[in-house]
Amino acid sequence: MRLRVEREFSREQRTTVVYGVLCFALIIVVLQLWLLTATMNAWLGGDGSVVWPALFVSVALFLLNLGLLRSLL
Amino acid sequence: MPDDSQRRFEEDLRLDRSVSTPGREGLAGTAPAEMYGRARSTEEVTQPPDGRPWDVQPQWRKDFPIDWPQDQFVARRDFAKFLVLTSASFAAGQAWIAVKKLARGSGSPPRMRIALLAEVPVGASLQFSYPEEHDRCILVRPREDQLVAYSQECTHLSCAVVPEVEKGVFRCPCHEGFFELSTGRNIAGPPTRPLARVALSVEHGEIWATSVDERTV
Repeated sequence: MRLRVEREFSREQRTTVVYGVLCFALIIVVLQLWLLTATMNAWLGGDGSVVWPALFVSVALFLLNLGLLRSLL
Repeated sequence: MPDDSQRRFEEDLRLDRSVSTPGREGLAGTAPAEMYGRARSTEEVTQPPDGRPWDVQPQWRKDFPIDWPQDQFVARRDFAKFLVLTSASFAAGQAWIAVKKLARGSGSPPRMRIALLAEVPVGASLQFSYPEEHDRCILVRPREDQLVAYSQECTHLSCAVVPEVEKGVFRCPCHEGFFELSTGRNIAGPPTRPLARVALSVEHGEIWATSVDERTV
């Protein structure tokens, strides 16, 4: 029988977790910005084939960001 | 040790054992009221940001003590919320592009007569609207046997480009963007895409616009 110990994070540990989540969130937001500009450039240039895949990926990245934020609250 | 017993004796003398001492009201013993409260962990104690003891801190910090570690934790969590909000706005931007794509449709524009070939001498240009009334385009005849037509909107910020036939370029006067006259390719300045090309056909001495070719390179 394994004894499972639930331990609460200390504030310093939580701050470290927040830093990690912030790094991930920042990378995701930069990726989304690049995706938006690339999609806009392609669409204005008459190439609409990337619009739907880009929308799907951007929404998925947003949901990932939302999940990361929920882990903090 | 004799010193220890002496010190304890002196401390006992200093103790105020009266029940009416602030913090001990109602207690029969001598223990302070907060003695039975929950012990505060080091994380709950306000710490100055520079880590120095309170005695050497400036007066304003003593007057307005802030729990700095907690403050930093909350500030970073709020920044994470802001990032997620930014992420949502980017996703909304992508959705807006998709909606615009749906609204634009995929049908090709109808053919439209622009002018008679004889009305456009060599070196001259002619403005027209195609495919919609607000889509300004420009027709140029750089040589006897060459006709080119492009959207007049600069691909940078949609200023109207001006043909300079003798130099072989279109110039955008707003930010000094340049496009090649014969191909519409962006060759200098801030524009990152070529001008949208209007496909032409000449039939029985008449110039017709048949489609618009938007390009990324």
